[in-house]
Amino acid sequence: MFVKLATIIPLLLIIDVSWGLYFHIAEGERKCFIEEIPDDTTVLVNYKVELYDPRSGGFMPSSPGIGMHVEVREPNDRILLSRVYSSEGMISFTSTTPGEHVICMYSNSTSWFSGSQLRVHLDIQVGEHAVDYANVAQKDKLTELQLRIRQLLDQVYQITKEQSYQRHREERFRQTSESTNQRVLWWSLLQTGVLMGIGYWQMRHLKSFFEAKKLV
Amino acid sequence: MFVKSLIFTVFILLIDGIFSKSVELTFELPDSAEECFYQDIEKDTSASLEYQVITGGQYDVDVKIEGPNKQIIYQQQKMQYDSHQFTAQYTGVYKVCFSNEFSTFSHKLVYMELNVGPETPLPGVGDHATVLTQLETSAEEIHSALNRIIDHQTHHRLREAQGRKRAEDLNERVFWWSIGETLAIFCVTFAQVMILKNFFSDRPTIYK
Repeated sequence: MFVKLATIIPLLLIIDVSWGLYFHIAEGERKCFIEEIPDDTTVLVNYKVELYDPRSGGFMPSSPGIGMHVEVREPNDRILLSRVYSSEGMISFTSTTPGEHVICMYSNSTSWFSGSQLRVHLDIQVGEHAVDYANVAQKDKLTELQLRIRQLLDQVYQITKEQSYQRHREERFRQTSESTNQRVLWWSLLQTGVLMGIGYWQMRHLKSFFEAKKLV
Repeated sequence: MFVKSLIFTVFILLIDGIFSKSVELTFELPDSAEECFYQDIEKDTSASLEYQVITGGQYDVDVKIEGPNKQIIYQQQKMQYDSHQFTAQYTGVYKVCFSNEFSTFSHKLVYMELNVGPETPLPGVGDHATVLTQLETSAEEIHSALNRIIDHQTHHRLREAQGRKRAEDLNERVFWWSIGETLAIFCVTFAQVMILKNFFSDRPTIYK
């Protein structure tokens, strides 16, 4: 009896623990998260939705009626992924262009449970964190050390990618700054010209006006 | 059999207790809104929260961490960025809230990272109690060093994003300001001339 219990408890704990962060949204409310990532980076999104149960005052662990609409947008506003998933799921995508990827989710139910609260468990892992090393070790039959080295390699790749993306962004930053600089310069020159022209016009105009009025 | 399974349980419990949960999120915080995140934390687990406002307004946000008994663990107002490390006193749901309630028109972009417990060990690594070889130790060291690099990189990336967004903002503002000022100069010029002419005109005016 005890033996059985002892093996069941940890399993329960693992199931319980594997869900991390959660937040609440109202039905139909849209929630977006932004991931700024280099290209060719894998993003893993795990989520689980629970519906508020007014009778028990808690959240129903499984709500088959509701689905989640998940939308992933690339930096150029192109939709990478837009689908309705069930109340629990795992989405994975790999970026093709570097930049801000917007992950939006909202429940598809509208009238049925409208106005009630949803609890969303969410976990987003990017790049090297998205790799399931237990799986890798099993598939490629790696020893501990080989696995460790594999992880190190993945990390280094991640850093390199981030670094080259950083260069790309630094370039954009510099371009913006240079454009500001140019604009300020040209505008001040133009402004000086405008001021001088206008001053000259004012003088001319007033002089002819005074002469016509015989004041000078 | 009994002992074996007990050891197994204890081991799993240990692993479970130190099971790491790390999540990084960047989200939009609308004006005068509050965003809360919840996280289950076991007793005596260390957790750390790191956040930074990337863009919007004065780059500040109100932050609060609340424990299971509604006790306040950390509270800061109008912070741009910070990190806080704490050890959970009780097992339960911890609440992290970001509030923009003081700001009525600027929406913000906030980055946050919540780490709970130490890093999840690699499967198989550290299971056996033998002493690590030199190679394993160095691999371990490199791993933690790379982790630090990634952390710094994230920090740098956020700073860069902040700077870049501000520069883009500035660029746009300079553009609109220059158009506005040019228009203002023209208006003032004509108004000046008109008023001056009015002084000297024969018709009786209000300026005497």
